[in-house]
Amino acid sequence: MEPGEHLFRREAGRMVAALTRIFGLHNLTLAEDVVQDAFCRALEVWRIRGMPDNPSAWLMRTAKNRAIDVLRRERTARNFEPDLARAIESEWTLVPTVSELFAAHAIKDDQLRMMFSCCHPQLSEEAQIALVLNLACGFTAAEIASAFLSGRAGIEKRISRSKKILAGSKTLFDLADDDFAERLTAVQRALYLLFNEGYHGASAESAVRVELCREAMRLGDVLLDNPMAATPATYALCALMYLHAARLPSRIDAEGGLTSFFEQDRSRWDRALAARGEDLLERSATGAELSEYHVEAAIAAVHTRAKRPEDTDWRAIVRLYDTLMRIRPSPVVALNRAIAIAQHEGPDRGLEEIRAIADGERLSGYPFYFAALGDLELRKGNSQNAREHFQAALKLARSPMERRFLEQRVNACAAPSAELQRS
Amino acid sequence: MADFLYIYRGGVRAQSPAEGEKQMQRWMAWMEDLGKKGVIKDRGQPLDAEGKVVRKDKSVTDGPYAETKDVIGGYTLVTAKDLSQAAELSKGCPIFETGGIVEVRPIMEM
Repeated sequence: MEPGEHLFRREAGRMVAALTRIFGLHNLTLAEDVVQDAFCRALEVWRIRGMPDNPSAWLMRTAKNRAIDVLRRERTARNFEPDLARAIESEWTLVPTVSELFAAHAIKDDQLRMMFSCCHPQLSEEAQIALVLNLACGFTAAEIASAFLSGRAGIEKRISRSKKILAGSKTLFDLADDDFAERLTAVQRALYLLFNEGYHGASAESAVRVELCREAMRLGDVLLDNPMAATPATYALCALMYLHAARLPSRIDAEGGLTSFFEQDRSRWDRALAARGEDLLERSATGAELSEYHVEAAIAAVHTRAKRPEDTDWRAIVRLYDTLMRIRPSPVVALNRAIAIAQHEGPDRGLEEIRAIADGERLSGYPFYFAALGDLELRKGNSQNAREHFQAALKLARSPMERRFLEQRVNACAAPSAELQRS
Repeated sequence: MADFLYIYRGGVRAQSPAEGEKQMQRWMAWMEDLGKKGVIKDRGQPLDAEGKVVRKDKSVTDGPYAETKDVIGGYTLVTAKDLSQAAELSKGCPIFETGGIVEVRPIMEM
Protein backbone atom coordinates (compact mmCIF):
# COMPACT_ATOMS: atom_id res chain seq x y z
CA MET A 1 0.00 0.00 0.00
CA GLU A 2 1.17 3.52 -0.78
CA PRO A 3 1.62 5.61 2.34
CA GLY A 4 -0.70 8.56 2.64
CA GLU A 5 -3.17 7.25 0.10
CA HIS A 6 -5.93 8.60 2.30
CA LEU A 7 -5.41 5.77 4.69
CA PHE A 8 -7.25 7.68 7.39
CA ARG A 9 -10.20 8.35 5.16
CA ARG A 10 -10.43 4.69 4.27
CA GLU A 11 -10.26 3.48 7.84
CA ALA A 12 -11.91 6.28 9.82
CA GLY A 13 -15.45 5.31 8.85
CA ARG A 14 -14.93 1.72 9.99
CA MET A 15 -13.21 2.76 13.21
CA VAL A 16 -15.83 5.36 14.17
CA ALA A 17 -18.62 2.88 13.43
CA ALA A 18 -17.08 0.14 15.57
CA LEU A 19 -16.35 2.50 18.47
CA THR A 20 -19.80 4.07 18.31
CA ARG A 21 -21.32 0.61 18.48
CA ILE A 22 -19.38 0.06 21.72
CA PHE A 23 -19.65 3.50 23.32
CA GLY A 24 -23.20 4.21 22.16
CA LEU A 25 -24.40 6.81 19.67
CA HIS A 26 -24.68 9.44 22.42
CA ASN A 27 -20.89 9.14 22.86
CA LEU A 28 -20.16 9.79 19.20
CA THR A 29 -17.73 12.60 20.00
CA LEU A 30 -15.75 10.28 22.27
CA ALA A 31 -15.59 7.70 19.48
CA GLU A 32 -14.33 10.33 17.05
CA ASP A 33 -11.73 11.54 19.54
CA VAL A 34 -10.45 8.01 20.08
CA VAL A 35 -10.16 7.51 16.32
CA GLN A 36 -8.22 10.75 15.85
CA ASP A 37 -5.97 9.88 18.74
CA ALA A 38 -5.34 6.33 17.52
CA PHE A 39 -4.49 7.67 14.12
CA CYS A 40 -2.13 10.39 15.30
CA ARG A 41 -0.37 7.88 17.57
CA ALA A 42 0.00 5.47 14.70
CA LEU A 43 1.56 8.14 12.54
CA GLU A 44 4.04 9.06 15.26
CA VAL A 45 5.19 5.47 15.46
CA TRP A 46 5.25 4.88 11.72
CA ARG A 47 7.22 7.98 10.87
CA ILE A 48 10.17 6.50 12.74
CA ARG A 49 9.54 2.76 12.49
CA GLY A 50 8.23 2.84 8.95
CA MET A 51 4.81 1.74 7.75
CA PRO A 52 3.72 -1.74 8.94
CA ASP A 53 2.75 -4.36 6.36
CA ASN A 54 -0.90 -4.10 7.23
CA PRO A 55 -1.61 -0.57 8.43
CA SER A 56 -5.38 -1.13 8.49
CA ALA A 57 -5.06 -3.99 10.96
CA TRP A 58 -2.58 -1.98 13.00
CA LEU A 59 -5.00 0.96 13.21
CA MET A 60 -7.89 -1.29 14.18
CA ARG A 61 -5.82 -2.89 16.92
CA THR A 62 -4.83 0.54 18.24
CA ALA A 63 -8.46 1.67 18.21
CA LYS A 64 -9.49 -1.50 20.01
CA ASN A 65 -6.88 -1.06 22.72
CA ARG A 66 -7.78 2.58 23.18
CA ALA A 67 -11.44 1.57 23.45
CA ILE A 68 -10.62 -0.90 26.22
CA ASP A 69 -8.62 1.80 28.07
CA VAL A 70 -11.48 4.27 27.80
CA LEU A 71 -14.06 1.73 28.96
CA ARG A 72 -11.95 0.77 31.98
CA ARG A 73 -11.31 4.36 32.92
CA GLU A 74 -14.83 5.64 32.45
CA ARG A 75 -17.18 2.75 32.98
CA THR A 76 -18.28 4.10 36.33
CA ALA A 77 -18.55 7.73 35.24
CA ARG A 78 -20.27 7.32 31.90
CA ASN A 79 -23.11 5.35 30.37
CA PHE A 80 -22.07 3.43 27.31
CA GLU A 81 -24.13 1.34 24.91
CA PRO A 82 -27.05 0.04 27.04
CA ASP A 83 -27.01 -3.58 25.84
CA LEU A 84 -23.28 -3.87 26.46
CA ALA A 85 -23.38 -2.37 29.96
CA ARG A 86 -23.15 -5.72 31.79
CA ALA A 87 -20.36 -7.08 29.61
CA ILE A 88 -18.31 -3.92 30.02
CA GLU A 89 -18.64 -3.83 33.80
CA SER A 90 -16.74 -7.03 34.39
CA GLU A 91 -13.07 -7.39 33.68
CA TRP A 92 -13.77 -11.02 32.72
CA THR A 93 -15.97 -10.08 29.81
CA LEU A 94 -14.66 -6.64 28.83
CA VAL A 95 -11.77 -7.67 26.57
CA PRO A 96 -13.49 -10.61 24.83
CA THR A 97 -16.60 -8.48 24.22
CA VAL A 98 -14.64 -5.64 22.67
CA SER A 99 -12.52 -8.05 20.61
CA GLU A 100 -15.67 -9.71 19.30
CA LEU A 101 -17.03 -6.31 18.26
CA PHE A 102 -13.84 -5.57 16.36
CA ALA A 103 -14.15 -8.70 14.22
CA ALA A 104 -14.40 -7.92 10.51
CA HIS A 105 -18.02 -9.01 10.09
CA ALA A 106 -19.11 -6.99 13.12
CA ILE A 107 -17.47 -3.86 11.76
CA LYS A 108 -19.23 -4.32 8.43
CA ASP A 109 -22.57 -4.32 10.19
CA ASP A 110 -21.60 -1.30 12.26
CA GLN A 111 -20.66 0.61 9.15
CA LEU A 112 -24.03 -0.13 7.67
CA ARG A 113 -25.82 0.84 10.85
CA MET A 114 -23.88 4.09 10.96
CA MET A 115 -25.00 4.95 7.43
CA PHE A 116 -28.58 4.27 8.41
CA SER A 117 -28.18 6.41 11.52
CA CYS A 118 -26.83 9.30 9.43
CA CYS A 119 -29.94 9.25 7.24
CA HIS A 120 -32.20 10.18 10.15
CA PRO A 121 -35.66 11.31 8.99
CA GLN A 122 -35.41 14.52 11.00
CA LEU A 123 -32.41 15.62 8.93
CA SER A 124 -32.54 17.34 5.55
CA GLU A 125 -30.94 15.53 2.61
CA GLU A 126 -28.05 18.01 2.66
CA ALA A 127 -27.46 17.33 6.35
CA GLN A 128 -27.61 13.57 5.79
CA ILE A 129 -24.99 13.77 3.05
CA ALA A 130 -22.70 15.98 5.13
CA LEU A 131 -23.01 13.53 7.99
CA VAL A 132 -22.35 10.49 5.80
CA LEU A 133 -19.22 12.19 4.45
CA ASN A 134 -18.07 13.14 7.91
CA LEU A 135 -18.84 9.94 9.82
CA ALA A 136 -18.77 7.19 7.22
CA CYS A 137 -16.08 8.63 4.95
CA GLY A 138 -13.79 10.52 7.35
CA PHE A 139 -14.07 13.89 5.59
CA THR A 140 -13.40 16.94 7.74
CA ALA A 141 -15.82 19.88 7.72
CA ALA A 142 -13.27 21.83 5.69
CA GLU A 143 -13.07 19.08 3.07
CA ILE A 144 -16.85 18.85 2.85
CA ALA A 145 -17.08 22.63 2.53
CA SER A 146 -14.59 22.66 -0.34
CA ALA A 147 -16.41 19.83 -2.10
CA PHE A 148 -19.73 21.66 -1.90
CA LEU A 149 -18.35 25.16 -2.39
CA SER A 150 -19.89 26.30 0.85
CA GLY A 151 -18.52 27.93 3.97
CA ARG A 152 -16.68 25.81 6.47
CA ALA A 153 -18.42 27.42 9.47
CA GLY A 154 -21.82 26.64 7.97
CA ILE A 155 -20.92 23.01 7.37
CA GLU A 156 -19.47 22.70 10.87
CA LYS A 157 -22.68 24.05 12.36
CA ARG A 158 -24.79 21.76 10.22
CA ILE A 159 -22.76 18.70 11.23
CA SER A 160 -22.78 19.46 14.94
CA ARG A 161 -26.52 20.16 14.91
CA SER A 162 -27.11 16.89 13.08
CA LYS A 163 -24.97 14.96 15.54
CA LYS A 164 -27.11 16.27 18.38
CA ILE A 165 -30.14 14.76 16.69
CA LEU A 166 -28.34 11.42 16.30
CA ALA A 167 -27.35 11.52 19.96
CA GLY A 168 -31.05 11.46 20.82
CA SER A 169 -30.91 7.69 20.37
CA LYS A 170 -28.34 5.79 22.38
CA THR A 171 -27.65 3.06 19.89
CA LEU A 172 -26.86 2.88 16.21
CA PHE A 173 -29.82 2.21 13.94
CA ASP A 174 -31.00 -1.37 14.45
CA LEU A 175 -31.15 -3.24 11.15
CA ALA A 176 -34.07 -5.28 12.50
CA ASP A 177 -36.09 -2.10 13.03
CA ASP A 178 -39.52 -1.73 11.37
CA ASP A 179 -38.27 1.41 9.64
CA PHE A 180 -35.54 -0.50 7.80
CA ALA A 181 -37.08 -0.26 4.32
CA GLU A 182 -37.89 3.41 4.69
CA ARG A 183 -34.43 4.20 6.01
CA LEU A 184 -32.82 2.17 3.22
CA THR A 185 -34.60 4.39 0.70
CA ALA A 186 -33.10 7.44 2.42
CA VAL A 187 -29.62 5.88 2.41
CA GLN A 188 -29.90 5.06 -1.31
CA ARG A 189 -31.03 8.60 -2.01
CA ALA A 190 -28.12 10.07 -0.02
CA LEU A 191 -25.59 7.94 -1.92
CA TYR A 192 -27.24 8.90 -5.20
CA LEU A 193 -27.00 12.60 -4.34
CA LEU A 194 -23.45 12.19 -3.07
CA PHE A 195 -22.45 10.53 -6.32
CA ASN A 196 -24.20 13.20 -8.38
CA GLU A 197 -22.49 15.94 -6.44
CA GLY A 198 -19.20 14.39 -7.45
CA TYR A 199 -20.27 13.83 -11.03
CA HIS A 200 -22.11 17.05 -11.83
CA GLY A 201 -21.37 19.21 -8.82
CA ALA A 202 -19.91 22.64 -8.66
CA SER A 203 -16.54 21.98 -7.06
CA ALA A 204 -13.85 23.00 -9.49
CA GLU A 205 -11.25 20.53 -8.35
CA SER A 206 -11.75 17.29 -10.21
CA ALA A 207 -9.82 15.26 -7.64
CA VAL A 208 -12.37 16.17 -4.97
CA ARG A 209 -15.23 15.27 -7.28
CA VAL A 210 -13.76 11.89 -8.17
CA GLU A 211 -13.39 11.18 -4.47
CA LEU A 212 -17.03 11.93 -3.79
CA CYS A 213 -17.99 9.49 -6.53
CA ARG A 214 -15.61 6.89 -5.18
CA GLU A 215 -16.94 7.22 -1.64
CA ALA A 216 -20.54 6.86 -2.84
CA MET A 217 -19.54 3.70 -4.73
CA ARG A 218 -17.66 2.32 -1.75
CA LEU A 219 -20.67 2.79 0.52
CA GLY A 220 -22.87 1.31 -2.20
CA ASP A 221 -20.69 -1.79 -2.03
CA VAL A 222 -21.24 -1.87 1.75
CA LEU A 223 -25.00 -2.00 1.07
CA LEU A 224 -24.51 -4.78 -1.48
CA ASP A 225 -22.56 -6.77 1.08
CA ASN A 226 -25.58 -7.06 3.36
CA PRO A 227 -28.36 -9.41 2.24
CA MET A 228 -31.08 -7.17 3.68
CA ALA A 229 -29.75 -4.00 2.13
CA ALA A 230 -28.92 -5.56 -1.25
CA THR A 231 -32.36 -4.97 -2.75
CA PRO A 232 -32.96 -4.66 -6.50
CA ALA A 233 -32.97 -0.86 -6.10
CA THR A 234 -29.57 -1.03 -4.39
CA TYR A 235 -28.21 -3.12 -7.27
CA ALA A 236 -29.65 -0.60 -9.71
CA LEU A 237 -28.17 2.33 -7.79
CA CYS A 238 -24.74 0.71 -7.79
CA ALA A 239 -25.08 -0.16 -11.49
CA LEU A 240 -25.87 3.48 -12.18
CA MET A 241 -22.84 4.67 -10.25
CA TYR A 242 -20.45 2.19 -11.88
CA LEU A 243 -21.72 2.94 -15.37
CA HIS A 244 -21.31 6.66 -14.87
CA ALA A 245 -17.96 6.25 -13.18
CA ALA A 246 -16.77 4.37 -16.28
CA ARG A 247 -17.18 7.62 -18.20
CA LEU A 248 -15.46 9.83 -15.63
CA PRO A 249 -11.95 9.64 -17.15
CA SER A 250 -13.06 11.37 -20.35
CA ARG A 251 -15.42 13.86 -18.79
CA ILE A 252 -12.73 16.26 -17.71
CA ASP A 253 -9.93 17.20 -20.11
CA ALA A 254 -6.25 17.63 -19.28
CA GLU A 255 -6.78 21.28 -18.31
CA GLY A 256 -9.58 20.35 -15.91
CA GLY A 257 -12.29 21.55 -18.28
CA LEU A 258 -15.62 19.83 -18.94
CA THR A 259 -15.87 17.91 -22.19
CA SER A 260 -19.16 17.81 -24.04
CA PHE A 261 -20.66 14.33 -23.91
CA PHE A 262 -20.56 13.98 -27.68
CA GLU A 263 -16.92 14.95 -27.92
CA GLN A 264 -15.62 12.63 -25.21
CA ASP A 265 -12.84 10.24 -26.12
CA ARG A 266 -14.71 6.98 -25.59
CA SER A 267 -11.54 4.93 -25.76
CA ARG A 268 -10.75 6.36 -22.32
CA TRP A 269 -13.89 4.98 -20.75
CA ASP A 270 -13.13 2.46 -18.05
CA ARG A 271 -14.24 -0.88 -19.46
CA ALA A 272 -13.84 -2.74 -16.16
CA LEU A 273 -16.16 -0.35 -14.34
CA ALA A 274 -18.63 -0.49 -17.22
CA ALA A 275 -18.64 -4.29 -17.13
CA ARG A 276 -19.25 -4.28 -13.39
CA GLY A 277 -22.08 -1.79 -13.95
CA GLU A 278 -23.67 -4.02 -16.59
CA ASP A 279 -23.40 -7.00 -14.29
CA LEU A 280 -25.04 -5.12 -11.41
CA LEU A 281 -27.77 -3.87 -13.73
CA GLU A 282 -28.54 -7.42 -14.73
CA ARG A 283 -28.73 -8.47 -11.10
CA SER A 284 -31.05 -5.57 -10.31
CA ALA A 285 -33.66 -6.99 -12.66
CA THR A 286 -35.55 -9.00 -10.06
CA GLY A 287 -38.69 -8.33 -8.09
CA ALA A 288 -41.59 -6.11 -8.95
CA GLU A 289 -40.13 -2.75 -8.05
CA LEU A 290 -38.89 -0.49 -10.84
CA SER A 291 -36.96 2.35 -9.21
CA GLU A 292 -35.67 5.50 -10.86
CA TYR A 293 -32.21 3.99 -10.36
CA HIS A 294 -33.16 1.09 -12.65
CA VAL A 295 -34.19 3.48 -15.39
CA GLU A 296 -31.24 5.81 -14.99
CA ALA A 297 -28.84 2.88 -14.96
CA ALA A 298 -30.46 1.52 -18.11
CA ILE A 299 -30.00 4.89 -19.81
CA ALA A 300 -26.35 5.00 -18.75
CA ALA A 301 -25.90 1.46 -20.08
CA VAL A 302 -27.25 2.42 -23.50
CA HIS A 303 -24.72 5.24 -23.66
CA THR A 304 -21.86 3.10 -22.46
CA ARG A 305 -22.60 0.39 -25.02
CA ALA A 306 -22.35 2.81 -27.96
CA LYS A 307 -18.81 2.79 -29.33
CA ARG A 308 -19.39 6.10 -31.10
CA PRO A 309 -21.98 8.82 -30.33
CA GLU A 310 -23.74 8.08 -33.62
CA ASP A 311 -24.19 4.43 -32.58
CA THR A 312 -26.38 5.46 -29.64
CA ASP A 313 -29.80 3.85 -29.55
CA TRP A 314 -31.72 7.11 -29.03
CA ARG A 315 -35.08 5.43 -29.49
CA ALA A 316 -34.35 3.24 -26.45
CA ILE A 317 -33.19 6.26 -24.50
CA VAL A 318 -36.33 8.24 -25.28
CA ARG A 319 -38.44 5.28 -24.15
CA LEU A 320 -36.51 5.07 -20.90
CA TYR A 321 -36.99 8.79 -20.28
CA ASP A 322 -40.71 8.28 -20.87
CA THR A 323 -40.65 5.69 -18.09
CA LEU A 324 -38.61 7.96 -15.84
CA MET A 325 -41.14 10.75 -16.38
CA ARG A 326 -43.82 8.37 -15.15
CA ILE A 327 -42.08 7.24 -11.97
CA ARG A 328 -40.08 10.33 -11.03
CA PRO A 329 -41.06 13.32 -13.16
CA SER A 330 -39.03 16.50 -12.91
CA PRO A 331 -38.20 19.39 -15.26
CA VAL A 332 -34.59 18.18 -15.51
CA VAL A 333 -35.72 14.70 -16.56
CA ALA A 334 -38.07 16.32 -19.09
CA LEU A 335 -35.19 18.39 -20.43
CA ASN A 336 -32.98 15.33 -20.85
CA ARG A 337 -35.83 13.56 -22.56
CA ALA A 338 -36.22 16.50 -24.98
CA ILE A 339 -32.49 16.39 -25.74
CA ALA A 340 -32.75 12.66 -26.51
CA ILE A 341 -35.73 13.32 -28.78
CA ALA A 342 -33.72 15.98 -30.60
CA GLN A 343 -30.99 13.40 -31.21
CA HIS A 344 -33.53 10.98 -32.53
CA GLU A 345 -35.93 13.22 -34.46
CA GLY A 346 -34.07 16.45 -35.04
CA PRO A 347 -33.63 19.82 -33.29
CA ASP A 348 -37.11 21.14 -34.15
CA ARG A 349 -38.77 18.28 -32.28
CA GLY A 350 -36.38 18.82 -29.39
CA LEU A 351 -37.22 22.52 -29.13
CA GLU A 352 -40.90 21.69 -29.32
CA GLU A 353 -40.52 19.26 -26.40
CA ILE A 354 -38.54 21.77 -24.37
CA ARG A 355 -41.25 24.40 -24.86
CA ALA A 356 -43.82 21.86 -23.68
CA ILE A 357 -42.06 21.08 -20.37
CA ALA A 358 -44.46 21.47 -17.49
CA ASP A 359 -42.98 23.68 -14.77
CA GLY A 360 -40.38 24.77 -17.35
CA GLU A 361 -39.82 27.99 -15.40
CA ARG A 362 -38.16 25.91 -12.71
CA LEU A 363 -35.32 25.39 -15.18
CA SER A 364 -34.70 29.13 -15.56
CA GLY A 365 -31.84 28.98 -13.04
CA TYR A 366 -30.25 25.88 -14.58
CA PRO A 367 -27.37 26.69 -16.95
CA PHE A 368 -27.74 23.50 -18.94
CA TYR A 369 -31.34 24.37 -19.82
CA PHE A 370 -30.08 27.37 -21.81
CA ALA A 371 -27.10 25.39 -23.05
CA ALA A 372 -29.51 22.78 -24.47
CA LEU A 373 -31.52 25.50 -26.23
CA GLY A 374 -28.27 26.92 -27.57
CA ASP A 375 -27.13 23.54 -28.86
CA LEU A 376 -30.37 22.91 -30.70
CA GLU A 377 -30.47 26.40 -32.21
CA LEU A 378 -26.87 25.96 -33.30
CA ARG A 379 -27.76 22.68 -34.96
CA LYS A 380 -30.51 24.49 -36.85
CA GLY A 381 -27.94 27.05 -37.98
CA ASN A 382 -29.34 29.93 -35.89
CA SER A 383 -26.02 30.94 -34.44
CA GLN A 384 -27.22 34.36 -33.26
CA ASN A 385 -30.05 32.75 -31.28
CA ALA A 386 -27.71 30.05 -30.01
CA ARG A 387 -25.23 32.62 -28.86
CA GLU A 388 -27.86 34.41 -26.78
CA HIS A 389 -28.85 31.15 -25.11
CA PHE A 390 -25.25 30.25 -24.33
CA GLN A 391 -24.72 33.72 -22.89
CA ALA A 392 -27.75 33.22 -20.66
CA ALA A 393 -26.31 29.88 -19.60
CA LEU A 394 -22.93 31.48 -18.92
CA LYS A 395 -24.54 33.97 -16.52
CA LEU A 396 -25.85 31.02 -14.50
CA ALA A 397 -22.59 29.05 -14.42
CA ARG A 398 -21.91 27.71 -10.92
CA SER A 399 -18.17 27.06 -11.13
CA PRO A 400 -15.11 28.16 -13.11
CA MET A 401 -15.28 24.81 -14.90
CA GLU A 402 -18.84 25.38 -16.09
CA ARG A 403 -17.98 28.96 -16.96
CA ARG A 404 -15.07 27.92 -19.16
CA PHE A 405 -17.15 25.25 -20.84
CA LEU A 406 -19.98 27.69 -21.63
CA GLU A 407 -17.58 30.40 -22.79
CA GLN A 408 -16.31 27.93 -25.37
CA ARG A 409 -19.88 27.34 -26.48
CA VAL A 410 -20.50 31.11 -26.80
CA ASN A 411 -17.31 31.43 -28.83
CA ALA A 412 -18.27 28.49 -31.03
CA CYS A 413 -21.31 30.54 -32.12
CA ALA A 414 -19.23 33.62 -32.79
CA ALA A 415 -16.79 31.92 -35.08
CA PRO A 416 -18.85 31.72 -38.32
CA SER A 417 -20.05 35.32 -38.14
CA ALA A 418 -16.50 36.54 -37.52
CA GLU A 419 -15.47 34.74 -40.66
CA LEU A 420 -18.24 36.43 -42.60
CA GLN A 421 -17.04 39.82 -41.44
CA ARG A 422 -13.54 39.06 -42.64
CA SER A 423 -14.62 38.00 -46.09
CA MET B 1 33.23 6.30 11.21
CA ALA B 2 31.39 6.83 14.46
CA ASP B 3 27.85 6.46 15.77
CA PHE B 4 25.54 9.31 16.65
CA LEU B 5 22.14 9.54 18.22
CA TYR B 6 19.50 11.83 16.76
CA ILE B 7 17.21 12.87 19.57
CA TYR B 8 13.95 14.37 18.30
CA ARG B 9 12.73 17.13 20.57
CA GLY B 10 9.51 19.10 20.41
CA GLY B 11 7.54 19.56 17.24
CA VAL B 12 3.81 20.08 17.23
CA ARG B 13 1.61 17.04 16.95
CA ALA B 14 -0.53 17.00 13.81
CA GLN B 15 -3.89 18.68 14.36
CA SER B 16 -5.69 16.61 11.76
CA PRO B 17 -5.16 13.18 10.23
CA ALA B 18 -4.63 14.74 6.80
CA GLU B 19 -1.85 16.91 8.18
CA GLY B 20 -0.44 13.91 10.07
CA GLU B 21 -0.35 11.87 6.88
CA LYS B 22 1.55 14.62 5.12
CA GLN B 23 4.04 14.85 7.97
CA MET B 24 4.50 11.11 7.99
CA GLN B 25 5.17 11.05 4.26
CA ARG B 26 7.92 13.63 4.69
CA TRP B 27 9.44 11.61 7.54
CA MET B 28 9.37 8.43 5.52
CA ALA B 29 10.96 10.17 2.56
CA TRP B 30 13.70 11.50 4.82
CA MET B 31 14.29 8.11 6.44
CA GLU B 32 14.41 6.51 3.02
CA ASP B 33 16.99 9.05 1.90
CA LEU B 34 19.15 8.34 4.96
CA GLY B 35 18.72 4.63 4.32
CA LYS B 36 19.95 5.02 0.75
CA LYS B 37 23.00 6.89 2.01
CA GLY B 38 23.65 3.91 4.25
CA VAL B 39 23.87 5.93 7.45
CA ILE B 40 21.01 4.42 9.48
CA LYS B 41 22.19 1.96 12.08
CA ASP B 42 18.88 1.68 13.87
CA ARG B 43 15.71 3.52 12.90
CA GLY B 44 15.09 3.85 16.63
CA GLN B 45 11.78 4.20 18.44
CA PRO B 46 9.16 6.82 19.11
CA LEU B 47 8.56 7.73 22.75
CA ASP B 48 5.22 8.39 24.38
CA ALA B 49 5.03 11.82 26.01
CA GLU B 50 3.51 10.42 29.20
CA GLY B 51 5.77 8.66 31.69
CA LYS B 52 7.02 8.46 35.25
CA VAL B 53 9.92 10.12 36.99
CA VAL B 54 11.80 8.21 39.69
CA ARG B 55 13.96 10.17 42.14
CA LYS B 56 16.74 9.47 44.59
CA ASP B 57 14.28 8.93 47.43
CA LYS B 58 12.68 6.27 45.19
CA SER B 59 9.56 8.39 44.84
CA VAL B 60 7.71 7.78 41.58
CA THR B 61 5.70 10.63 40.09
CA ASP B 62 3.97 11.27 36.81
CA GLY B 63 6.12 13.26 34.47
CA PRO B 64 8.47 14.61 33.39
CA TYR B 65 5.97 17.15 31.96
CA ALA B 66 8.69 19.03 30.18
CA GLU B 67 7.73 22.00 28.07
CA THR B 68 6.42 20.89 24.71
CA LYS B 69 9.53 22.12 22.93
CA ASP B 70 11.74 19.91 25.09
CA VAL B 71 9.76 16.68 24.99
CA ILE B 72 11.75 13.85 23.47
CA GLY B 73 9.57 12.26 20.82
CA GLY B 74 11.96 9.58 19.67
CA TYR B 75 15.46 8.74 18.52
CA THR B 76 17.44 7.25 15.64
CA LEU B 77 20.96 5.83 15.58
CA VAL B 78 23.14 6.85 12.62
CA THR B 79 26.71 6.38 11.45
CA ALA B 80 28.77 9.29 10.14
CA LYS B 81 32.33 10.39 9.53
CA ASP B 82 32.27 12.92 12.32
CA LEU B 83 29.94 15.10 14.36
CA SER B 84 29.70 17.82 11.75
CA GLN B 85 28.73 15.34 9.05
CA ALA B 86 26.13 13.81 11.37
CA ALA B 87 24.73 17.28 12.03
CA GLU B 88 24.71 18.03 8.31
CA LEU B 89 22.75 14.84 7.58
CA SER B 90 20.09 15.80 10.10
CA LYS B 91 19.19 18.98 8.24
CA GLY B 92 16.64 17.16 6.10
CA CYS B 93 14.58 16.09 9.11
CA PRO B 94 10.92 17.18 8.77
CA ILE B 95 10.72 17.96 12.49
CA PHE B 96 11.92 21.51 11.73
CA GLU B 97 8.71 22.16 9.79
CA THR B 98 6.69 21.64 12.95
CA GLY B 99 8.92 23.68 15.24
CA GLY B 100 10.99 20.85 16.69
CA ILE B 101 14.75 20.32 16.85
CA VAL B 102 17.18 17.46 16.37
CA GLU B 103 19.80 17.00 19.02
CA VAL B 104 22.86 15.23 17.57
CA ARG B 105 24.94 13.42 20.19
CA PRO B 106 28.02 11.29 19.60
CA ILE B 107 27.93 7.84 21.14
CA MET B 108 30.99 7.67 23.40
CA GLU B 109 33.43 4.98 22.46
CA MET B 110 35.78 3.26 24.83
